[in-house]
Amino acid sequence: MEIEKEELKNLEKVGFDLEEKERAGSFIQKDNEILFSKVFQEGVEVLPIGKAIEKYPEIKEKYYGVSFKKTGKEFEKDTEGGYFIRVKKGVKTLFPVQACLYLKSKKFRQKVHNIIVIEEDASAYLITGCTSAKEAEDAYHLGISEFFISKGGFLNFTMIHSWKEDIEVEPLSAAVVEEGGIFVSNYISLKPVKKIVMYPTALLEGENSRARVSSIIVSFKNSYQDIGSRCILANKNTSAEIISRAVSYGGKIVARGHIKAVSPMTRGHLECRGLIITEEGIIHAIPELETLYQDVELSHEAAIGKIKKEEIEYLASRGIPEEEAQAMIIRGFMNVEILGLPEILEKEIKKVTEKV
Amino acid sequence: MLKIENISVKGGDSLIIKDISLFLNKNERLVIFGPNGSGKSTLIKSIMGISGYKVIKGRIIFEDKDITDIPISQRAKMGIGIMYQTPPKIYGIKILQLGKYLAQNEEEINQLAEKLKVDEFLRRDLNVDLSGGEIKRVELFQVLLQKPKLLLLDEPESGVDIENISIMGNVLNEYIKKTECSALIITHTGYILDYVEGEKGCVMMDGKITCQSKPRIVFDMIKKYGYEKCEECKWK
Repeated sequence: MEIEKEELKNLEKVGFDLEEKERAGSFIQKDNEILFSKVFQEGVEVLPIGKAIEKYPEIKEKYYGVSFKKTGKEFEKDTEGGYFIRVKKGVKTLFPVQACLYLKSKKFRQKVHNIIVIEEDASAYLITGCTSAKEAEDAYHLGISEFFISKGGFLNFTMIHSWKEDIEVEPLSAAVVEEGGIFVSNYISLKPVKKIVMYPTALLEGENSRARVSSIIVSFKNSYQDIGSRCILANKNTSAEIISRAVSYGGKIVARGHIKAVSPMTRGHLECRGLIITEEGIIHAIPELETLYQDVELSHEAAIGKIKKEEIEYLASRGIPEEEAQAMIIRGFMNVEILGLPEILEKEIKKVTEKV
Repeated sequence: MLKIENISVKGGDSLIIKDISLFLNKNERLVIFGPNGSGKSTLIKSIMGISGYKVIKGRIIFEDKDITDIPISQRAKMGIGIMYQTPPKIYGIKILQLGKYLAQNEEEINQLAEKLKVDEFLRRDLNVDLSGGEIKRVELFQVLLQKPKLLLLDEPESGVDIENISIMGNVLNEYIKKTECSALIITHTGYILDYVEGEKGCVMMDGKITCQSKPRIVFDMIKKYGYEKCEECKWK
């Protein structure tokens, strides 16, 4: 494996388990070079996207670009690399599948296209970590991801970004969820970055399908993060929940959320909370609800501002020094328990958030 | 143990406490009665150092140290513990997490949690999704884990049903007996007197102490004549 020791530490920071003992599959791409793709459980496929299309030409028609077409989104076709992950019908992964997209070279423009397929009644956890080496000055990452959750399928997708001050990132993703399927998507970005713009969409196409999209974002000085999620309720008894937590230490965060009901008998809730820690921080919360029908239940709550003095003083009156009390409140605010992760991932991700 | 020397306290622009002096010895409990808005909670919050209440005159001495201007957490470390009337909700911090911070060991947490019947809430966020009575039990749970030498109790029984008042009252009484701690107790209903026998009682009216006697006597007088009589009280 062509990854230096120091870099390995970077990968661990985005939840990558190098021992791979507790993983169902593993994939790493460095700039354009795919270092490996491995599988540890039967019924799970992890392949570089190019090889996957060679092996299964039907992917082109069945999946490639299909989610964007359905959600009316344009996407960049000039990509190189990315992964294809498929969990076969009825297979439930014991451990998460992990993937890492790594930026190594100066000014490199990494553009990947990923496709994730959860077949009927299959269930999987996927953790994707994206990070960069010190040398990758002014680099760029475009991550296109398409998710297909078939009837009765379940996917918990957790993406951790750990970039640096001079990197620009544009994730672009769409998910299509069929009858009774569940799509849980988590996004975590706790490190400085120059710019992130993303607005992933989940289309709940099948009856009784559900989506839960959460994000935990920390923003530092001179950064711009425009991060939103959109869920389209397109069939009876579909429901969506969007939860976002934004903390600004000086950067600008635009926290968007949009739930749109294009079918009656649907439900959605949007919750957006933001904390501004320093004077320079800016948070702009834009929660949107939209319906074409009367018989829907859509709600939202948004609250942004500074940490309440009352909360700090409450903890201080228990003997916790004021500064520590503030740190405790921030950590609690970014509580990863909102992500609904399995225990092994929750522990690892807790470690990531506690280091901030 | 606690000496309040001629303090006046402002909340915002208004003068709430007007030149009050109070003394509390070790192993002594003072029960404060008084109508709403008379400054009882402000007095307790000033002793704890909560912001928004500014001591503009006088000093607060705790165990021979002037604490008038020291940070809240230091006051807590010195042995002052407060039970809030309406504590804030804090998302993402579990009651158990705070309990672990305050207690010596898990056994201590478990024993007290069981006694106060808060064991089932331990994994909940602080004061989130709890009823009024549950919040009070959780408050008492936290403050007793702090092992304070001076307890500041702001209406400990308000919103608590009779059964739980008895649970809380007994636990509180047991702690006081065991540790010989002092306490400043604000009460409206007087129920707490069935469990904690205070040595001193007083009435606060419009930011001043108007009368001092045994808590039972004061309470009975209030019941009989109402607070109006306190203004012209002979013990003034």
